[in-house]
Amino acid sequence: MGDVTILKIGNNIIVPIQTELHDNAARELQTEILRRIERTGVKGLLIDVSAVNIVDSFLGRLLVETAKMVRLMGTETVLVGMKKEVVLTLIQLGLKMQDLHTALNIEDGLALLETMVSNRFLQGRSHAKFKTE
Amino acid sequence: MPNSRQNSESFEIMISNFEDIILARQKVKFLMGEMCFSLLAQTRIVTAVSELARNMVTHAGQGKMTLFQVDGKRKTRGLKCIFEDKGPGIQNIDEAMQEGFSTANSLGLGLGGAKKLCNEFKIESVPGKGTSISIIEWL
Repeated sequence: MGDVTILKIGNNIIVPIQTELHDNAARELQTEILRRIERTGVKGLLIDVSAVNIVDSFLGRLLVETAKMVRLMGTETVLVGMKKEVVLTLIQLGLKMQDLHTALNIEDGLALLETMVSNRFLQGRSHAKFKTE
Repeated sequence: MPNSRQNSESFEIMISNFEDIILARQKVKFLMGEMCFSLLAQTRIVTAVSELARNMVTHAGQGKMTLFQVDGKRKTRGLKCIFEDKGPGIQNIDEAMQEGFSTANSLGLGLGGAKKLCNEFKIESVPGKGTSISIIEWL
C-alpha cells in the first residue's frame, strides 16, 4: 500500500500516518511495517498519529498488536501524537492500550525509544554474561 | 425516538465495505462541523459511527446509514444517525451490549462503546430479519 510513507532514519523506522486508513489499508500497513523491520533490522519503531482524527477499536487494537508483533522481532515501539479528542474518546470507549509505549510528540518519542532500545540491549548483555559464567 | 422531530433533508449512505465506512465517517464529520458541534463531540460521534458501520459490514455484509437533523425540546438541535441492516440480527441484545462480548473475534467494544459515546442510543433487532440502531447527539 503506497498510502503511508515509511521512513528509515538511523536505527529507527518512522511511520507518520497522514490519511484516514480503512481497515484493509491499516492491515496492509501493519504487514508493510513488519516487512521493513525484517529487511532493515532496525531496533526502534515510531508511529506518529498526530494527523489521525479517529482511532476506533479496530485501529486501536491494530496498533497495540503491531507493537507486540515487532517486539517479537526485537524492535521496540513508541506511539506519538495522539490528539486530546482521540484520547478522551478512547478512554470513554473502554479500549485498553496499556501495553503500548507512548509519547507526546516525535522528539520525546525518539528519546524514549532510544532509552528503551538501550535498556533492552543492556538486559540482553547481562543475560548473556550470566549464561557464560 | 420520543421528543425528536426530523427538521431537514436526510442523507442516505449505503455501506458495504471498509471504504464506505470512511465515507460515512467523513459525511458525519462534515454535517457535525456545519451544525457547529465541538471537535470533541465530532470525534466521539464519528468514532461511534465507525464502530456501528463496521458492525454492519462484518455481521450483515452491508447496510444503510441515514442521517438527519432533529429538533428536541427547548429549541435544542441534534444529529440522528440510523443504521439499518438485513443481517442475521442479534440473539441476545443485553449480552451483545456487554464489553468484551464478540462473535467476530474482535474486542467486543463496538456496541457498548458506541452507546457510551453518544447522548441517546436505541437498538432493535429481530433474529433472522436484521438490526436497526439509532443514535442521537444533541448540540
